Amino acid sequence: MNFKNLREYLAWLYYQYLLITGIYVLEPWEKSIFNSILFSVIAMVIYTSYVFVPIHVRLALEFFTRMFGGQPESTMTLMT
Amino acid sequence: MTESSVNKLLNGDSCRRTSNGLKTSKNGFVKNHCLLQQPHKYRRPRDKNPNVPHNPSLYKKPFVESFEETPLMVAVLTYMGYGILTIFGYLRDFLRQWNIEKRHIARERDEQKDFVPLYQDFENFYNRNLYIRIRDNWNRPVCSVPGPKMDLIERSTPNYNWTFEYTGRVLKDVLNLGSYNYLGFAENKGPCADAAIEATQAYGVGVGSTRCEMGNLDIHEELEQLVARFLGVESSMAFGMGFATNSMNIPALTGKGCLILSDELNHASLVLGARLSSSTIRVFKHNNMQSLEKLLRDAIVHGQPRTHRPWKKILIVVEGIYSMEGSIVRLPEIIALKKHYKAYLYLDEAHSIGALGPNGKGVVDYFGLDPKDVDIMMGTFTKSFGAAGGYIGGKKELIDYLRCHSHSAVYATSMSPPVAQQIITSMKIIMGEDGTTLGADRLRQLHENTTYFRRKLHDMGLIIYGNEDSPVIPMMLYMPAKIGAFGRQMLKKNIGIVGVGFPATPIIESRARFCVSAAHTREMLNTALDAINEVGDLLQLKYSRRERPLPSLGWMSDESLLKD
Repeated sequence: MNFKNLREYLAWLYYQYLLITGIYVLEPWEKSIFNSILFSVIAMVIYTSYVFVPIHVRLALEFFTRMFGGQPESTMTLMT
Repeated sequence: MTESSVNKLLNGDSCRRTSNGLKTSKNGFVKNHCLLQQPHKYRRPRDKNPNVPHNPSLYKKPFVESFEETPLMVAVLTYMGYGILTIFGYLRDFLRQWNIEKRHIARERDEQKDFVPLYQDFENFYNRNLYIRIRDNWNRPVCSVPGPKMDLIERSTPNYNWTFEYTGRVLKDVLNLGSYNYLGFAENKGPCADAAIEATQAYGVGVGSTRCEMGNLDIHEELEQLVARFLGVESSMAFGMGFATNSMNIPALTGKGCLILSDELNHASLVLGARLSSSTIRVFKHNNMQSLEKLLRDAIVHGQPRTHRPWKKILIVVEGIYSMEGSIVRLPEIIALKKHYKAYLYLDEAHSIGALGPNGKGVVDYFGLDPKDVDIMMGTFTKSFGAAGGYIGGKKELIDYLRCHSHSAVYATSMSPPVAQQIITSMKIIMGEDGTTLGADRLRQLHENTTYFRRKLHDMGLIIYGNEDSPVIPMMLYMPAKIGAFGRQMLKKNIGIVGVGFPATPIIESRARFCVSAAHTREMLNTALDAINEVGDLLQLKYSRRERPLPSLGWMSDESLLKD
């Protein structure tokens, strides 16, 4: 399949998404409802991961270094 | 039992009984002295039906069937698609219930609300919320002969398929891959049409009575003798409608106290006939001889359900070609079983008569067996003969009994004369009795078209079900949105296909079904294959995980071997 430009390729990807989820058969307003719900869920997932994942990763790394390193560290330094 | 003794049974020798017959052990289970042993080695679950028959000595040529298994990711995504559509279905039903949206479906009036409901709304859930959304792919009005090419009336819908309007345009020369036109007899010119016109001028079109009263014309007698000669049986009887042949004659053959063993995927007419007969019905797995043998043994040993009396008769009901799967029945093994256990066989050759076999005489001819082994041979004239109606062939006593006792013979109007003449002419052409080689040409062309089309679709990487020799080719689509998309894309390319979905197939195995015809030329098939290739890439339908031949070896490919 030859795609002349990026727009055509993106249009084909959108078509595949419509076919696989089954949205293709629905009326346009139903498609909009599903797309907006899916988009908002994905946006919330991205925001939550942006805010919380670095903190959780840092806490996990410190936990494991404490377990394997054995150096006494106070809990105050962990919380800051 | 060794294979040589199975062959002896096939030739009609009786088997020597042991002195104590067959005994059940203490728990009531029957020991496994089966005729068709299942090999006990572990099989990789790659293909659903391994294509090696368990008694290869009964088959004169290789019996190759394939039903490739659904890829896991595709199955998961299909279920997800159906889940999303169900949620939206509930949403729309809610809006309709609370009158936020206009209701198009039939419902009762307000005064009738307190009575027992006439229209059960939930049962039509699938119909309302899934089928109607893609309904424009079915019931397309055909306004010409449904031959290899046809004309369709274009329709448009202002309210998403609830109602249709004609735009006024006619789509001309749409390639027809959906009609059951296996030998190409659906035409309005040529010897069959001329003979039918003469018959209309001689007899008129309507008969005006049933076979038993005043509707027995001499053309019906001629037709029945011809059909009996064609099939190789003693006598036959023709009916006006194929569905009615099954549903009205099985009740005349079996009754209370009889057992019907029917295949899992039998047609609705056979199921209806079996239920109307009020016999006990037991279902065996599709084309699975071990399952059938187990049912036969259990039935003979245990007898009728509560009284344990022996069954009055046991009737095995199978079809020649199953149209949703494209599979051919394992007839040699069934005949061996039937002779061993003394059951009767009812063979419905709706799709296989005229389409299989070197002489076009159906699945019995294809396997090279004796037609006298099949007790009741039934078939229809709709598919290969370009007419309408059905027939039953068998021994003379059976057919004489059916002439008096069949509901269809006593109450239904007999076949219309031009239709009967069309069958007579086309059957004579197939047998070669009209002096030309037209019949043999058509049979050879159908066989070549089937082999070519199946091979090319297989090589493209699409999942095709069924036997290699069957002209019915189901191609798997799986996802519900793809049924609608495939139908519409193919119509844009001027090709008409039939898509099949839930009630006729299991829920995730929806498919498109192609019917190859002898009237399709090689150019038409190539046009169709190119279109299917493009649409297959566009919709990502190439799910097959088998190895495919490399496309670059031009000089070594099999293309040159398939040229005429």
